[in-house]
Amino acid sequence: MTNLRKLLQPYLLVSPYLLHLALFVVFPVVFSIALTFHRWNIIAPMEFTGLDNYIHLFQDRLFWKAILNTSQFLLIHIPLQVAVALALAYLLNEGLRAKGFFRAAFFMPVVISGVVVTIIWQQLFGLDTGLLNRLLTSFGFGRVEWLSNPSVAIFSIAIMATWKNVGLYVILFLVGLQTVPRSYYEAAEVEGANSWQQFRYITLPAINPTIFMVVILSTIGGFSLFIEPYIMTDGGPLNSTLSAMLYIYKQAFGYYHMGYSATLGLFFAMLIMVVVALQKRFIEKEE
Amino acid sequence: MSKPIKYILLTLAALSFLYPFYWMIVASLTPEAQIGELGILPKGLTFDNYTQMFAKIPIGRSLLNSALVAGLSTLGVLVFGAMTGYALAKLRFKGRNGLFFVIIFTMTLPFQITLIPNYILMVKFQWVDTLAALVVPALNSAFAILMFRQAFQTIPNDLVDAARMDGCGELRIVFQILCPNILPTIITVAILTFMNAWNDVLWPLIVIREERLMTMPQLVTLFAVGGRAEAQLGVKLAAAVLLALPVIVAYAIFQRHFIQSMASSGLKS
Repeated sequence: MTNLRKLLQPYLLVSPYLLHLALFVVFPVVFSIALTFHRWNIIAPMEFTGLDNYIHLFQDRLFWKAILNTSQFLLIHIPLQVAVALALAYLLNEGLRAKGFFRAAFFMPVVISGVVVTIIWQQLFGLDTGLLNRLLTSFGFGRVEWLSNPSVAIFSIAIMATWKNVGLYVILFLVGLQTVPRSYYEAAEVEGANSWQQFRYITLPAINPTIFMVVILSTIGGFSLFIEPYIMTDGGPLNSTLSAMLYIYKQAFGYYHMGYSATLGLFFAMLIMVVVALQKRFIEKEE
Repeated sequence: MSKPIKYILLTLAALSFLYPFYWMIVASLTPEAQIGELGILPKGLTFDNYTQMFAKIPIGRSLLNSALVAGLSTLGVLVFGAMTGYALAKLRFKGRNGLFFVIIFTMTLPFQITLIPNYILMVKFQWVDTLAALVVPALNSAFAILMFRQAFQTIPNDLVDAARMDGCGELRIVFQILCPNILPTIITVAILTFMNAWNDVLWPLIVIREERLMTMPQLVTLFAVGGRAEAQLGVKLAAAVLLALPVIVAYAIFQRHFIQSMASSGLKS
């Protein structure tokens, strides 16, 4: 009796997780793949359509548009995030007073809901009364159509997303910078290394893992971008801010195309995994 | 770079992160017509925006819903995370390694793939427009399990063996003997889980349509995009202030814990 109990004990302990795993992970993945071969609006019976969803996917202009938008977003978001986080971490790493205050200030947007951040930035981006344009015109520059110009809007959202997330990476870069002993820089100076060389050969190796983390987390974040365009632009103007997640949402809950939205979800998920795997390989090679 | 220049740059940066929140709070207390000209100092203090917002949406109710949902999911994640993490760290059983790899794999699985089928599951369970749809799928977290596993591994086996000698059951060992030794991990998991649940909007938008069951970020989102704020900026901002306020207060008190928790989760992933 006690032996049987002892044998079963571990399984009892993990059973709540196993149930969760079966119900909310394994079943959905399997069902999702099955859904991609069907047309279904939840109410009418499911209709088998073979590869129709996949054929439609490759011909769907909006699917490619969402991929293009995500690429454009990441093209600005990733370098900007690395540059700003690194610059702020560098400034903070000098043993200044009030370091705790600055750290807390930079970190503030990270903890606040994206909904709040988006509502605020929607006003900052305003054409006439928005703070950014008022600042620009007061310095004698022209206004920027932050959200109404189709070739600008996705970059505006990338700037906002950077502002929201960068505080986390400041902290992580700071941790990286602090692993480098001061004596390394002193030795390098004695050897006559200039500041670029010091950065390249001493600082960069210490913060490399953090840079790669920013790249990978931002890539996943870019494909999951949802509430920002949902509130600010609804994907417009001219679908220029239609993100991958927003498109899945619209197909599923705007048109009730469950089969097609599952196809989109599967495809974007695979794309994320492939891109992240490639990035990881590139990183391991670099190291 | 000299020290004063560094201070000036840091101060400018800090202002750019804090001013927008300051502006939001001041603008929510400003008459609609004057918000556009708002600079640094408040103009014509009024609570109009708040009274209008309270009249239009059940924001108090949504606050309770959010607290309930985030609280229950956090409790579930802690309890089940500790149980599973303990089994993985301290017990030997067939399939343990397999389970460990499955958990790691689910962490790398993008949620885009499970979102639609999970919604359909909620429809089939008839959980759409119930709080169960918000709580039950959030009761377990792979990340929490891995955190607990790692923390329990640092505790010597002797402690577990001694407790077993004294006749403790496994659940008592997990929650009474081991958990008090890993409080930092518990705090980290609790903060991250609560914050994620509190700030989530996408899932509530999908499974809740009835206004009295909506979570706070969801209600504020729909208020901001829908026509009910009647393009009144001040009213929208008042709703945003109430949504931000609990987090700002918690952050002011537990600032160090917030930063440490999020940094440690970042370093692990």
